[in-house]
Amino acid sequence: MRRALWVLAVLLSHWRRHKMQFATLLIGLIAATALWSGVQAINQQARNAYDRAAATFGGARTPMLVAPDTATFPQELFVKLRRAGWPVSPVLEGRVQVNGRSVRLLGIEPVTLPVDVGNAPRLGAADLSSFVAPPGQTLVARETLTDLQEQEGAAPPISSGVKLPPLRVLPQLVPDVLVVDIGVAQRLLNKPDQISRLLVGKPNGKLAPLARVVGDQLQRVEPNAETELERLTDSFHLNLTAFGLLSFFVGLFIVNSAVGLAFEQRLPMLRTLRACGASARLVNTVLVVELVALALVAGLIGLACGYFIAAALLPDVAASLRGLYGAQIPGQLTLQPEWWLAGIGISIAGALVAAATSLIKAVRMPVLATAQPRAWQQRQRRWLILQSLAACAVFAVALLLLQYGQSLIAGFGVLAALMLGAALILPAFLELILLVGQRFARRPLALWFWADSRQQLSGLSLALMALLLALAVNVGVSTMVETFSRTFIGWLNGRLAADVYISASDNAKGVAIRNWLKERGDVQAILSGGRAEAQVRGQPVELLGLPDHALYRERWPLLEAAPRAWTQLVPGNAAFISEQLSRRLNVRVGDVVEVPAPGGTWELDIVGIYADYGNPKGQLAVNVAALIRQFPQTPQTRIGLIVAKENIPGLIAALQKQFALDDRSVADQATVKAESIRIFNRTFAVTSALNAFTLGVAGIALLTSLLTLANSRLPQLAPLWAIGITRPRLAAIELTKTLSVALFTSLLAVPLGLLVAWCLIAIVNVKAFGWRLPFHVFPLQLVELVAVALFASLLAALLPMIRLARMQPASLVKVFANER
Amino acid sequence: MLSIRNLSKTFSSAGEPVHVLRGVDLDLKAGERVALTGESGSGKSTLLHLIAGLDAADGGTIRLEGTEVTKLSDAGRAGLRRDRIGLVFQQYNLIPSLSVGDNLVFQARIAGRYDAAWYKELIERLGLGGLLKRYPEQLSGGQQQRVAIGRALATKPSLLLADEPTGNLDEATAEDVLALTRDLVTRTGCGFLMVTHSLHLAATLDRHVNLHAGRIA
Repeated sequence: MRRALWVLAVLLSHWRRHKMQFATLLIGLIAATALWSGVQAINQQARNAYDRAAATFGGARTPMLVAPDTATFPQELFVKLRRAGWPVSPVLEGRVQVNGRSVRLLGIEPVTLPVDVGNAPRLGAADLSSFVAPPGQTLVARETLTDLQEQEGAAPPISSGVKLPPLRVLPQLVPDVLVVDIGVAQRLLNKPDQISRLLVGKPNGKLAPLARVVGDQLQRVEPNAETELERLTDSFHLNLTAFGLLSFFVGLFIVNSAVGLAFEQRLPMLRTLRACGASARLVNTVLVVELVALALVAGLIGLACGYFIAAALLPDVAASLRGLYGAQIPGQLTLQPEWWLAGIGISIAGALVAAATSLIKAVRMPVLATAQPRAWQQRQRRWLILQSLAACAVFAVALLLLQYGQSLIAGFGVLAALMLGAALILPAFLELILLVGQRFARRPLALWFWADSRQQLSGLSLALMALLLALAVNVGVSTMVETFSRTFIGWLNGRLAADVYISASDNAKGVAIRNWLKERGDVQAILSGGRAEAQVRGQPVELLGLPDHALYRERWPLLEAAPRAWTQLVPGNAAFISEQLSRRLNVRVGDVVEVPAPGGTWELDIVGIYADYGNPKGQLAVNVAALIRQFPQTPQTRIGLIVAKENIPGLIAALQKQFALDDRSVADQATVKAESIRIFNRTFAVTSALNAFTLGVAGIALLTSLLTLANSRLPQLAPLWAIGITRPRLAAIELTKTLSVALFTSLLAVPLGLLVAWCLIAIVNVKAFGWRLPFHVFPLQLVELVAVALFASLLAALLPMIRLARMQPASLVKVFANER
Repeated sequence: MLSIRNLSKTFSSAGEPVHVLRGVDLDLKAGERVALTGESGSGKSTLLHLIAGLDAADGGTIRLEGTEVTKLSDAGRAGLRRDRIGLVFQQYNLIPSLSVGDNLVFQARIAGRYDAAWYKELIERLGLGGLLKRYPEQLSGGQQQRVAIGRALATKPSLLLADEPTGNLDEATAEDVLALTRDLVTRTGCGFLMVTHSLHLAATLDRHVNLHAGRIA
């Protein structure tokens, strides 16, 4: 043991003398662990939230009975089933408006609630009576309480004026949901004796067949292993994971570079250790122990950093998930012990993988072989051809996936293969460029410039690969986001046809506002809309009522339409379908969609497909009058107005004064548009942050490679200094070399990034969200990104160059002294 | 103490076998100081490496204080070097990241044979008192070689093997370093086998053997 500790002390002493190298190793490990763990923390938080959502008193994780055609069914079916011994519990679900905010209301019957309802929050026996007995309780997550701007114990009214039972916080509850006793829910939703579904608990014995008890009025729905929300958000989390993985690998590039150089520098030390009697096994074991210990320390620091990254990104991620999928994620980070253990594990595993080549060399190292400084860099050249062949194979895989892959995973597979192939072929590509440069160089210094750049390439190739990947991802994602942004704004202009939007608190107020508006001369048109919800082929669908007005005909963002589509919409037996719902249901123009309505099945001919970006729900747009006929409960509280621009402020002020409407209930088009764009920007804030992180880590990789190479560069530079090239000039030449290879890498990253953007737009987005954007290239943005990459390279190259420029002549003379 | 019989070693160079040692016989008594000379490529260093267990022989035997070196495993050979052999190289082979003081005690520490009094005496005799906190790169060649000799003798080995220890030093420094080594070898009573090109330095030891064409001439 003592012997091992001595060997360890000797190995560690290397770091004391090479502090920058040590910092490089730690930075690599910390960066890799931090970004990976940060992303995992976010994913874990989101998955926990989905679990909570799925398990909220019987979500998709519990078998249930539902009516085949209607949203609700009579309560007497519940009674019949209980009498027949079925362990069922009723749930009624709907939406209510509290303080102008729409929330999900869930009515449950806690006494019959099955004990195995997923990991639903439990109501203790003591709480049960206060929940059931008047005035009852409204269970709510803390986040929702904050969103509603209410205090615990308050009993706010819903839009109909009826008061909710007093609010009580139940921490495990999913956000955006209010849970009340089913009797209360029936009263609040005005659905007496109605039930949305029956949760089925574990039966004690054999049950009577369902059909014998309730006929065909109910059907059993088996639980899904994966909820709809999980399926929808898979792509988003895959995207985050891909970013995390990319940063992790870039971090490992740094570790690999640092460990490789440290190993080479410690070769004489290892041989001396062996010569002094430390056995090969002991030295190798201690090398591994040293690495694991360093990985442990760096892993812990990385985890702490990962926690802060996750905490900083979580609000934006939550906004993205809410904006894109309607998923509710708490904005406060809570982490499981497994996360910490996995983080440490990934740090150690990453360090071992990054150091594998060096460790294997150490194991195989003959004690007598002479030290060959920088041999590991030279040997990289042999890999050049192999790497290029591997790149070709990977590109072939990308092509096959593109041709035959159908799934979202295949889409990401194409992306991964493209990036891996490009990274592998980069050194060969740069070698070719530098070789051409060398061929055409005439002056001796220029010849040396190209030849030395080629020699330096092997030592820099990993860092340049990191730069290529980071920049390509930046180009790809930025192009996609910019394309999305421009398309979204164009689409928003079409969708927001009215000049003023009003949201009345209830139907009565809606009627009063409409009557008041009719009397005003400054209102050119009153456009009433409406929304209802339904299930179509198992998919939640929003039915949007559109008024028949020329403005809609002009502006509605139709992607495809049958002849006279708007005219066909008026009678009420035709609909437009949103692009994402048309893909999900595989419905085209000319097909028929059946919608379960309170009065029976509503058959709708599809006469158009329209863009509906950013909406997690599938949507069918129908004539508003037809919607109200089919769904009489549809709130008629949404009103759009056509008003001359100069009359808008006066009208809004008058409306607010007359009907005590706040800013959320009445807004002009510009305000709504600005709010939508703000939400959109926040949705992609996390992407921008991860983009910046990835590019930052790539910059660090380049810096560390240049720093570690700087010392081994002296024998190449000293002879030039000796023949009369000044140190500042040498530094300038070195800087130019670094910037040249960075520029070549950046130029390769641009087409690669555009390819990445195309994959994201044409494959990943379509699979993930259901919509396809037009592909645009933004040259100015590309120039900006290349400039940022070059600036990062300049920053990375600056420190080693300053050192060189300031280097004492004695240090350069030493090179010759050592050669003697 | 050291008995070598019929030792042979062959290397392969450009696919051709090169017979470096062709049946070497050599004996060394305890406390005896022997110089090993020979032209370049005669196998002097190879012989030293085989005795130290740094490489494995193709044939023959090496017996050190009754231990059959050629039959030892890698770990066994490492143990032998650690506990009973001191090695000095032309290139010093100090550990650059350790101070002079740490370099000196390093082998004794890992062998578990650290002797504070002997350490103090070594520092004094080698004249390293003022250099203990320095690092190898801050020392001259002669100083570095003195540290290497100190490290090799810190364990009080049975045998000190030196491969051209003065090859990088000027004549005066070489004389000084060798005088010190002879003095310390006498003090510890260990055997001393030194490879050298210098017949002058070889003459200062008890015995002088010449290796020619892979055999002791």
